[in-house]
Amino acid sequence: MAKEKKEAIFAPTGLKNSNNGKIDKSVDLPDVTEKKHDDLGLSDDDVVKMFELMYLQRRFEERAMQMYQKGKFGGFLHLYIGQEAVSTGTVFALNDDDDIITAYRDHGWGLVRGVTAKEGMAELYGKVTGCSKGKGGSMHFAKAENHFWGGYGIVGGHIPIGGGIAFANKYKENDRVTACFLGDGAVDQGSLHETLNMSQLWKLPCIYVVENNGYSMGTAASRHTVGEIHERAKGYGMKSAVFNGMDAFTVYENMKKISDDVRKEGLPYFVEVRTYRYRGHSMSDPGTYRTKEELQEYQKIDPIERMKSYLLDEKIIKQGKIDEIQDGIEDEVLEAIDFAEESDFPDDDALYEDMFTGTPYIHDKQ
Amino acid sequence: MAELQFREAIREAIDEEMSQDENIFIMGEEVAEYDGAYKVTEGLLDKYGLKRVIDTPISELGFAGIGVGAAMNGLRPIVEFMTWNFAVLAADQILNHASKVKYMLGGQVSVPIVFRGPNASAGQLGATHSVAYDSMYAQFPGLAVIYPSEPDDAKGLLKSAIRNDDPVIFMESEQMYGLKGEVSEEDDYTIEIGKAKVKREGDDVTVVATGKMYHIAKQAANQLAKDDVEVEIIDPRTIKPFDIETVIESVKKTNRCVIVDEAHPFGGMASEAGFLIQREAFDYLDAPVQRVTLPDVSAPFSKKLFDLWLPDAKNVIDAVNAVTYRN
Repeated sequence: MAKEKKEAIFAPTGLKNSNNGKIDKSVDLPDVTEKKHDDLGLSDDDVVKMFELMYLQRRFEERAMQMYQKGKFGGFLHLYIGQEAVSTGTVFALNDDDDIITAYRDHGWGLVRGVTAKEGMAELYGKVTGCSKGKGGSMHFAKAENHFWGGYGIVGGHIPIGGGIAFANKYKENDRVTACFLGDGAVDQGSLHETLNMSQLWKLPCIYVVENNGYSMGTAASRHTVGEIHERAKGYGMKSAVFNGMDAFTVYENMKKISDDVRKEGLPYFVEVRTYRYRGHSMSDPGTYRTKEELQEYQKIDPIERMKSYLLDEKIIKQGKIDEIQDGIEDEVLEAIDFAEESDFPDDDALYEDMFTGTPYIHDKQ
Repeated sequence: MAELQFREAIREAIDEEMSQDENIFIMGEEVAEYDGAYKVTEGLLDKYGLKRVIDTPISELGFAGIGVGAAMNGLRPIVEFMTWNFAVLAADQILNHASKVKYMLGGQVSVPIVFRGPNASAGQLGATHSVAYDSMYAQFPGLAVIYPSEPDDAKGLLKSAIRNDDPVIFMESEQMYGLKGEVSEEDDYTIEIGKAKVKREGDDVTVVATGKMYHIAKQAANQLAKDDVEVEIIDPRTIKPFDIETVIESVKKTNRCVIVDEAHPFGGMASEAGFLIQREAFDYLDAPVQRVTLPDVSAPFSKKLFDLWLPDAKNVIDAVNAVTYRN
C-alpha cells in the first residue's frame, strides 16, 4: 500500500491550528514569592515608590500611545505595558551604579533609571529637550550618567555590548554588576551565544535577562525557539534562573539574590523572566496571532493592580493616598506632553552634531 | 630613522600607546599565547600580561561587541581581526553600533576603539579571503578608515588612531607585514589622520594609491620614468577623512589623474575621488580621470586567473597611457 504523502512543514503552526480554541498561554508563569515586603528587606516607602514607578511607566505609555495615534510624532512605538514589574523590581535590586542595557522596548527602563517623563516624552516627539536630544527616538532612550546605557534597535545587537560594559567593570575592578535585558526573540540570535560563551569563559560580571513576554513580534515563543529558554545556560555551564515577571516582589527577590551572587562570585548568570506584553509588538500590530482570552488571562494578574491591592491589604497606605499618587502621576505625564509639544525641535546645525567626540569629519559637507 | 618591518612598526605603535595608558588593551584571535597570527603582537603578552592581551574565541561578532561596550564604559580597546574578510561577521557591531551609538544617544557616550587587521587580497586564497573593505567602511558616517602603505605611515597613524576618541578602522596587509621601511625615531611620533602624502613628485600625471596599491603605483612610476613620463604619486593614507585638497592641488599641476584602488569598481574610493576631481578641477583636466580597480568579479584561486584579477603595474601604466594619450 502506498504511504500517505505528507506535506513538508517547517515552522510550527500558530493560532489557527492550536488546541481547538483552548487558551494556549505562550508563557507559563512560575509561582510568585510568598514573602512580604519586610521579609524581603523592603520598607513601606520602597513599596509605595515601586507602585509609583510602575504606575508612571503605565500612564506614560498609555498617554504616549494616544499621542502617537493622534499623529503627534512618528517612528516606531514599542510599548512595555504589562512588563513593568521587571524594570521596577530590578532597579530596586541593583545598586544605583550597576549598569543596565536593554533592547528597543525601553521606555520603562529609562523611566526607572532617571529619564524624566518630560525627557522621555520629548524624545518621542523628536525634540531637543529629549533624553537623547531627539536623535534616538522611542528605541534609543538612555541616561548614561545614571548607568542606563540605552535602548537598542537591532535585535541581539546590544547583547555583546552589555558583555563589554561588564568587561570594563571587571577590568577596572569597580564591583559593578551589569544587567543586560533582551526579549525572547533575541534568544535566537547568534550574538547571544557568542556572548554567553565569552562571558562564562572570561568570568564577566553580567546578568543576561530574557524578558520572555511570549512573542517574538508575532511569533509565539514555542514557534521560534526550541526547549526552555533558561536551559540554554546549561550549554555554557552558566548559572541560571527562571521566575515570574508579573510580580515586582518576585523580580526584586530574585534579582537581588542573583546580583549579589554575580558581585560575589564574579561569574555571569542567565535568567528567564516570564512576563507578558498587553499591547502589540509595535503600534502597527494587528494582534492576529493571539486570542483576546489569552490577553485577559494576563491582565487579571496585572502587576500594578497586584501592587495596589498589596498596599491596601497590608494597610501601608489608604485608597485616598493611592488616588493622590495616581493623580500626581497623571499630572506629571500631562505636563510632560505639554513640555514635549512646547519644546523646540533641534536646530538645523544639530544634524551634524554628536557624531564625534574628537575632531569631527563630515565628508563633502557643503 | 630606523628600518622596521611593517609589523614591527605596528607593534611599536601599540606598545608605546599601551605603556602610556592602562585603559588600552588588545584582543583578538591568537593575539596572546600564539604571539599573533602574523606576529604583529609578538611579545606583548609577556610585557603586558593576560589582563591586557587577550585571546578570543573565533567569535568576531561577539568580541567586536564586547570591545564596543568596553569602549563605551571607559576603556580603549584595540580589536584585531585576523583579516577584515572575517570582520564581516562583526559588521553589525562596527556599522550599527560603534559608528552610531554616540549619535543616536544624543552624544551621551563615546566609542574610542580601534578595529585593525589585514585587508584585501593576500595571494591565492579564493573569493572569501580577498576583499578590500576600506571603501565599504568609509561609506558609514562616524568611522575613520586608515589604510597605510609604508611602515612609517603605519606607526604614526596607528598611534593617532589609538588616541582618537572615536572608532577607527585600521587596515594592513598580510603581504606587507614583512615590508621594511624607514620609520621616524622622533619621540612620540604621530601622523594626523586625514592627511595625504605626496610620495613621488612629477609633472605629467597624478596617480592616487594607498595600501598595497601604492607599491604597484610606484613600480609603474619607475617604469614610466624610463619613458620620460613623470608620475606624481599621492598616497591618501586615510580613505576617510579623504584629503581631496592634496589630490586637487596635484591634478591642477598635472592635469591628468589615475586612481588605483584595490576594491571592486562600484562606489569605491576611486569613484568618489574621481567625482570630486571632476567637480573641483573640471577646467584643469586634459583627459577623463581613469581608475584601476579589481574587476567586478570575486577572487579566483587559479594563479593564471588571479594574476589577471589583481591590479598590477601594467594596468597602471595602461591607465597612465590612456590619460596621456600615449597609446
